[in-house]
Amino acid sequence: MNNPALPELSALRQAARWRRAEVIFWLLPLAAYFAFPSKLVLLSQMAITALFALSLDLILGYAGIISLGHVAFFGVGAYAAGLLARHGYADPLLGLAVAGALAAIVGYLSSFLVLRGGDLTRLMATLGVAMMLFEAANQLGAYTGGVDGLQGVVMRPLLGQFAFDLYGRTAYGYSLTVLFALFWLARRLVHSPFGLSLRGIRQNARRMPALGVPVRARLVAVYSLAAAYAGVAGALLTQTTQFVSLDVLAFPRSAELLLIVVLGGAGCLYGALIGTIVFMSAHHFLAGINPQFWPFWLGAVLVLVVLFARDGLIGLGRRWAAPATEKR
Amino acid sequence: MGSAGYGKTMSTVLETHGLGKTFAGFVAVQDLHLGVEEGARHALIGPNGAGKTTLINLLSGFLEPTSGEVFLAGENITRLAQHKRVKRGLVRTFQLHELFADFTVLESLTLAVSERLGLGWRCWRAVGAHSAALAEAAALLAELQLADVADEKTRTLSYGKQRLLEIALALAARPRVLLLDEPAAGVPTSESRELYAAIARLPRSVAVLLIEHDMDLVFRFADRISVLAGGALIAEGSPRAIAKDPRVREVYLGPDYAASNV
Repeated sequence: MNNPALPELSALRQAARWRRAEVIFWLLPLAAYFAFPSKLVLLSQMAITALFALSLDLILGYAGIISLGHVAFFGVGAYAAGLLARHGYADPLLGLAVAGALAAIVGYLSSFLVLRGGDLTRLMATLGVAMMLFEAANQLGAYTGGVDGLQGVVMRPLLGQFAFDLYGRTAYGYSLTVLFALFWLARRLVHSPFGLSLRGIRQNARRMPALGVPVRARLVAVYSLAAAYAGVAGALLTQTTQFVSLDVLAFPRSAELLLIVVLGGAGCLYGALIGTIVFMSAHHFLAGINPQFWPFWLGAVLVLVVLFARDGLIGLGRRWAAPATEKR
Repeated sequence: MGSAGYGKTMSTVLETHGLGKTFAGFVAVQDLHLGVEEGARHALIGPNGAGKTTLINLLSGFLEPTSGEVFLAGENITRLAQHKRVKRGLVRTFQLHELFADFTVLESLTLAVSERLGLGWRCWRAVGAHSAALAEAAALLAELQLADVADEKTRTLSYGKQRLLEIALALAARPRVLLLDEPAAGVPTSESRELYAAIARLPRSVAVLLIEHDMDLVFRFADRISVLAGGALIAEGSPRAIAKDPRVREVYLGPDYAASNV
């Protein structure tokens, strides 16, 4: 094969380069550590939710799998980390690894139920799997604490060095580092040939087998991987709050997550992160002003986004910036 | 003509034995014995509803047959998944709207080439770092006159360019047998010539089975023609023989079709 070094190829070659805006974006959470030292608990929760949202974006934004039950894997990870710590395996990183692996296994097994049929089938199947896990955790109170939650989760210091402190410094540094590491991996993945094939599946799954693509196997793989991400997020929540409540498996968390990804913009990773920041900041401030009215504004924003900015805040930003910068 | 002799010649690369497909009582294809020779330029003609596209769907694995079998180079592929047939060199195009609207032309082609090169599971290095895939995609761009629209989104392409991309995607899979489902349907004449020029440039190692309604194109392109009507094969032979065949003239070409066109 000859190699006509066409200039057109440059766009694809540079697609995976880190841009300046990305570097600045990732300096923000570092700045936040110094700017809001009294809000580190909230910031940790944001980092954890962002990781969870990233996980949903991998399947929804890239592979086109819509899920209302992504909380299932978050909950599996949360309980796995909590139970491990309660049984003497209190090393945080070990907990993360086991929680992620376990969630991946549950994701792999449930993928065969979930990846059938169209969007509605998937919506209902994912919801159903999450409901079953919720009720199982509720009924197995002897192990999970049931509605009282799993208490007495005590973690060892991170890497044997950093104890989890009351101010949440270790928790924030830990959550942020894990978020960044997994974001970096996801970013590599979405720019790889595997990631390209996922985007192809989302756009036209019927066409993909005719290109030689084993569509189902690809979807199973990304679904399992996203489950692992969600499991790690759940484990982080358990380890940094030292408690597991039954609501880690509850429906509102799934719905909220879907909302975050749609608000931020699905299918570009940063949408999940920005959606999380905006959603949780708004929640924090608006609920502080008037707790009863928060869901009203939430609903209004959701309707506006779906009607007028289907590609979310990221899409809005891109369209604003479009005349100035080159569009892909 | 008929089906006698098929399955016995060494050079038959794709063949069907008694292939049939019924949709809720409607017989779309029945008891079909068809053979495509190695390197053939084989056209499939017949009136609308004759079962031509259904046949392509059965051959490519897009649909499962109700009865009969499909063989590729002697291997029974009747129950083989679509993507595995593609890996074995049996590749199809689609008639309408089966592209990737939000991908650029280059992205679409790189996707297709990456899959053929077996890179589809690679998730570490960026697409742009796989030089072999990019080089091959670039070669396809040049070959099908798509280089000037390489970075344009598929949804913004002219219809003719979309049809060229459809063929480029199939070629990216390096077919041994290429099934073309009305590649030029709806394309203005000027552009359809470009399209057929690209098809004509295919190496003779590729067998082509073509559905086409434009009889001028068929008779210029094909060295063998099969005629379907009502889901059954009613005639098969050289273009000259088909043009003279009274049954074909009756059901499809019409009594006035001038044999001098051949």
